[in-house]
Amino acid sequence: MDRLAQLIEAALFSSDSPLSLKDLAALDRDATEAETLTAVQQLGEEYDRSGHGVELVEVAAGYQILTRREFADTIAQANLVTRPRRLSVAALETLAIIAYRQPVGRAEVEEIRGVSVDGVLRSLQERGLIEVVGRDEGIGRPLLYGTTDTFLQLLGLTSTDQLPKLEELSVALRYPEPIPETAE
Amino acid sequence: MGVAFLVDSERPFVVELDSFSGPLDLLLHLIREQEIDIADIPIARVADQFLATIEALGLNEAANYLDMAAWLLRIKVQLLLPRPFDEEDWEDPRAELVRRLLEYEQIREVTRWLEAQADLRSGQFPRGWLPPEPEREAPPVVLDIAEIFAAVDRILESIPQPVLHRVVPRPLDVEGATRRILEFLTTVPRFDLAELLGPEPTAADVLSALMALLELARVGRVQLAQAEPFGSLGVAGG
Repeated sequence: MDRLAQLIEAALFSSDSPLSLKDLAALDRDATEAETLTAVQQLGEEYDRSGHGVELVEVAAGYQILTRREFADTIAQANLVTRPRRLSVAALETLAIIAYRQPVGRAEVEEIRGVSVDGVLRSLQERGLIEVVGRDEGIGRPLLYGTTDTFLQLLGLTSTDQLPKLEELSVALRYPEPIPETAE
Repeated sequence: MGVAFLVDSERPFVVELDSFSGPLDLLLHLIREQEIDIADIPIARVADQFLATIEALGLNEAANYLDMAAWLLRIKVQLLLPRPFDEEDWEDPRAELVRRLLEYEQIREVTRWLEAQADLRSGQFPRGWLPPEPEREAPPVVLDIAEIFAAVDRILESIPQPVLHRVVPRPLDVEGATRRILEFLTTVPRFDLAELLGPEPTAADVLSALMALLELARVGRVQLAQAEPFGSLGVAGG
């Protein structure tokens, strides 16, 4: 590994949150963005090639060193770490609607889910998974919500473009054509 | 876990979930469970099953479920009405329901994807990952009505009253004060500044007397003594 890759490893190790390419570029003023990216990739390949227990992962906010998935259960069972709590179905449904329809108001989410979502919206906002991104121009100027980087990080995505495309889903709005049965 | 019960002797089915995330979820479950063609829902049967299920699950007090039940019954009634002669003009009253069911099912599919993705991701830990601190609610605010009135009073007091002044130049009369002090000293050997000034002296009188005293003290005609800061000022002939 060259010196820049070593510097990047040190920076990622010492930081408690993901670092972007821009953050990492500050390590070496002379390096171009392409050189920094190459060094990041070199570090990631080094982890993969020599069989490390951690890997370099690209997340929404940048890069992060994470433990490998295969060790999750063992280190959790040894009480060395706590797996984060799973979200409720109601929370996930609400997140799914917001992720696809953002910016979206409360009324539209309720229309799709068929239930009131006041409490769910509040707790998703408290957990930093959604945020207010603006106000509708309509009556009462209702708040519009969007998903955050924390949401993407929770899913291990770098952008909402990585969500499944609606036309790729097995159920689409194809009424009145017959609908194939979904595999349960 | 799981609630198993029979609805409709014609075709038994089992509800395996403890709870549904909403009326659309329950309705979709009924339809998929019985492999009903979503484009041709037998509304009468499904509406009855829906009502029976929400009663059995104790959901019949939730407004969202009642709302859906009412909608299903309305569609059931609309289907009983005679269709117009021209079939082209006839709009299936189930169309909106089907649209919403499909839309919801799509969201459910995305939800399952999100869940799987979040599960995958939760198996990877960053360095020093700690569970987030539970957020504590802010303590309740204690407020006394007397405190509010006191605050209002303080604010009102701090608003300066606009007052118009006529400024009259009044020169200090140090010579006059000096004469008065010397005369006073001929009657009493020592006195207090307050005695010299008398009741309710004007600012100009006080300043004149003070400057006269300081000047007399400087030239050694009087001696001044003050026991403590802001205490009375004793004057004695020098």
